[in-house]
Amino acid sequence: MENFDVIIVGGGPAGLSAAISAANGGMKTLVIERGDYPGTKNVMGGILYTKATDMVVSEFWKEAPLERPIIEQRIAMLSGDESILAGYRDPDWAKEPYNAHSILRVKFDRWLAQQAEKAGVMIITETLVEDLLYQNGNVVGVRTGRAEGDLGAKVVIIAEGVNNFLAVKTGLAKPLKPASVAVTVKEVIALPKEKIEDRFCLDEGQGATIELYGDSTAGMMGVGFIYTNKDSISIGVGAILASVIREQWTPNDLLENLKSKPYVKRLLQGGETKEYLAHLIPEGGYTQVPRLHRQGVMVVGDTAMLMNSLNREGSNLAMISGKIAGEVAAQAIKAGDVSDQAMAVYEARLRDSFVLKDLYHYRHMGQFFENNPHLLKIYPKMFSKAAKMYLTADGTPKKQRQKEIMQMLFNQRSKGGIIKDIYGAWRALL
Amino acid sequence: MKLDDKLYLVRFNTDKLNHIKISDPKVCLNQCQDKPCTRFCPAHVYDWDEEEKRISVGYEGCLECGTCLIGCPYGNIIWKYPRGGFGVSWKNG
Repeated sequence: MENFDVIIVGGGPAGLSAAISAANGGMKTLVIERGDYPGTKNVMGGILYTKATDMVVSEFWKEAPLERPIIEQRIAMLSGDESILAGYRDPDWAKEPYNAHSILRVKFDRWLAQQAEKAGVMIITETLVEDLLYQNGNVVGVRTGRAEGDLGAKVVIIAEGVNNFLAVKTGLAKPLKPASVAVTVKEVIALPKEKIEDRFCLDEGQGATIELYGDSTAGMMGVGFIYTNKDSISIGVGAILASVIREQWTPNDLLENLKSKPYVKRLLQGGETKEYLAHLIPEGGYTQVPRLHRQGVMVVGDTAMLMNSLNREGSNLAMISGKIAGEVAAQAIKAGDVSDQAMAVYEARLRDSFVLKDLYHYRHMGQFFENNPHLLKIYPKMFSKAAKMYLTADGTPKKQRQKEIMQMLFNQRSKGGIIKDIYGAWRALL
Repeated sequence: MKLDDKLYLVRFNTDKLNHIKISDPKVCLNQCQDKPCTRFCPAHVYDWDEEEKRISVGYEGCLECGTCLIGCPYGNIIWKYPRGGFGVSWKNG
């Protein structure tokens, strides 16, 4: 049996970040990936955050296959054919140090894997890890699906993605529930560069994002998204699985519904769909974060439920968690102590970082939306109606119109209800 | 755009081995009225076969998201990853 210091299960951003930091710490490091090469099984929206990525590969933007630097972020609220928009644009985001880029994961993850190899990491592909190996109750490696496929390791880092098979098997995580994942589908739609830039009011090479709430998910808890790539657009929609089941939607119908909205249709017009993708997003939040470590094992990225959906941050949480886990593995192995206590340094450092601080901050959010399914159904409608009444010039004096708007709002939702919703939102989000 | 046309765009290295199994077909027939798997699967892998009175599983078109494992109300779908190197192979991701 071949032995390594650190074995990482899964070649996504979390796993590859872990591999790079472990190898930089002098460890003999192996990544095991089930796809043809890292990236071919991986899906995200996909926005990559500069700061976190820079901490893994310094000045990555000079070489990495990125699509467009994001200079504008819009939020849309859809109600039927109506939409309310808000946005923030900063042309400075088109320059170093940037804030975020759109990416396509097959290209990016492959590049990140090449950086790992440059750091000395060995990567084996087309190999599924089926279980961890134990000796006297201690984890001592992994069992792969290959013949004579046992591999020894002092530390195993589980970066298997949202489907947490190994984390469950080793007793750290529980099986996922329909309320804690969002089933998400996406299309990559080819469009000429100039059309993308014209439609999104962008200078050459710049990118924009739009997150769409309300009728984009038929009022279910979730979000639609549109991201500009170099010569394609990624459009997708995700909603909590429990509500998709309850409201009897199919994911593809939800996506087609979003694509048919007047505001969206025009952005995509004439485009050609190149790929249709599906993925789960871990939405359990802080309360569903599994145990993050045990003797010889750490859990990172999506497997660890590290996702801040409100701010659409996931890849950065994944990369930081991976980076820290790789460092902790190297330190522990050098000190000759891979006990649970030694691995606990990983959790302590995550708690000290924005990763678990942000999840903790939003710990009431999931429950809040679950308990108040009316929020994303009635408020987009109320706001649209209010905007329409306010902006329609029909000769009604404004004082009277404002009164009518208030009456309309309170007809849709009682004063007490609105106060309760605002208080709830305040508590969940601020 | 129809789902079938979209799935046609996806690249697969199809395994001869089926990586999905219905644990107990009787549960689908007798206990599960709603059969939500026929809707929530993004690739429509699951379909109710009225003649055979069972859920048919088109594992070849599985996009490997894992929704079925979590979504089946009876925990009746045994879904695993395909063997290493097989299954969906994204072009863009």
